[in-house]
Amino acid sequence: MALRPEHEIHTRRKSLNIGVGLMLGSFVLLVMLLTYTKITSAEFQIPASAAKGVGQQIPVQESN
Amino acid sequence: MTDVTNVQSFENEPQLGDYYALLKPRVMQLVVFTAVVGMLAAPVAVNPVVGFASILFLAIGAGASGALNMWWDADIDAIMKRTAKRPIPAGKVTAQSAMYLGVALSGLSVMMLSLSANLLAGFMLAFTIFFYVVPYSMWLKRSTPQNIVIGGAAGAFPPVIGWIIATGDILVLEPWLMFALIFMWTPPHFWALALFMRNDYDDAKVPMLTVTHGRRSTRNHILAYTVLLVILAVATAFTGIGGWVYLTTAVVLNALFLKGAYDIWKRDEEMCEVDNFAVERKFFRLSLWYLFAHFFAILAEAALKPIGFGGW
Repeated sequence: MALRPEHEIHTRRKSLNIGVGLMLGSFVLLVMLLTYTKITSAEFQIPASAAKGVGQQIPVQESN
Repeated sequence: MTDVTNVQSFENEPQLGDYYALLKPRVMQLVVFTAVVGMLAAPVAVNPVVGFASILFLAIGAGASGALNMWWDADIDAIMKRTAKRPIPAGKVTAQSAMYLGVALSGLSVMMLSLSANLLAGFMLAFTIFFYVVPYSMWLKRSTPQNIVIGGAAGAFPPVIGWIIATGDILVLEPWLMFALIFMWTPPHFWALALFMRNDYDDAKVPMLTVTHGRRSTRNHILAYTVLLVILAVATAFTGIGGWVYLTTAVVLNALFLKGAYDIWKRDEEMCEVDNFAVERKFFRLSLWYLFAHFFAILAEAALKPIGFGGW
């Protein structure tokens, strides 16, 4: 059975669909940019409960 | 559904612009502007990306409340000339679509603002949307002539949210002064509109002050609220967000605004018929500049502070 990619409704709603697609794409980019900004800021800290030792400084004991 | 109705519905196929119109773009502009001022007037610098995203999500939340308002008020929008061309009464978008869009964008904007800024900002946005849609649109708008006063509170929250985006703090005076400025400005602004768009509210049976208490009482109310607004607006000059620029702006504009309110107060309906409400229309236009100029002056004070000129 042949696929019919271009239905009449696609033509009729083309500009709406393109607009919604662009907005969703922009939203994804904005969330990525926001995430990058947040995790690279000086104030960013991994919550202690989720850190599981990441970033923790363990003092090395010298044995003489 | 017949073929005929199908053809009609195709002709009225909603476009992206119709959905955008549901978000009340002009109200969104005011929300964005006052929120940006609130955010930049705060004593804490905001990362530009975080600030941009937060203001965008706030604007989307404001738009969502506009869509929900249009969904609920579709019946009276169809009656009033001023609102008859909105997407729902014009037959472009169904009321149900507006409701779905409003609910979806409300949830999205509150969640994203909480993530981009802080939980308090998200909570305040949720409260603002709720306040505008439930107590104002669904309840008080059609039941009390003080509808505009209460509705004004919803429109006054954006600078407070802008301040919270920057500071995460709500227990300071300055954002609430900006809130009070919009809150006190809204009644004279809308009552002036109601004076010259008189048939609209009558026809829709919205209990505007002009309908319930008469036009003389409305003129009295405009003057009384303007006097209170003038005191508040000028006094704000001597707080943390004021300074010489703000004081100069406030003195000039409040003198003009007070004169406008006095001119409205001393007129009667016969005089209005002669010049087709010229004074009321002029006061309404001035009110738009009034609010813009006050917030622009607050922004100027904040911008001048780093170079040693803003504030006192």
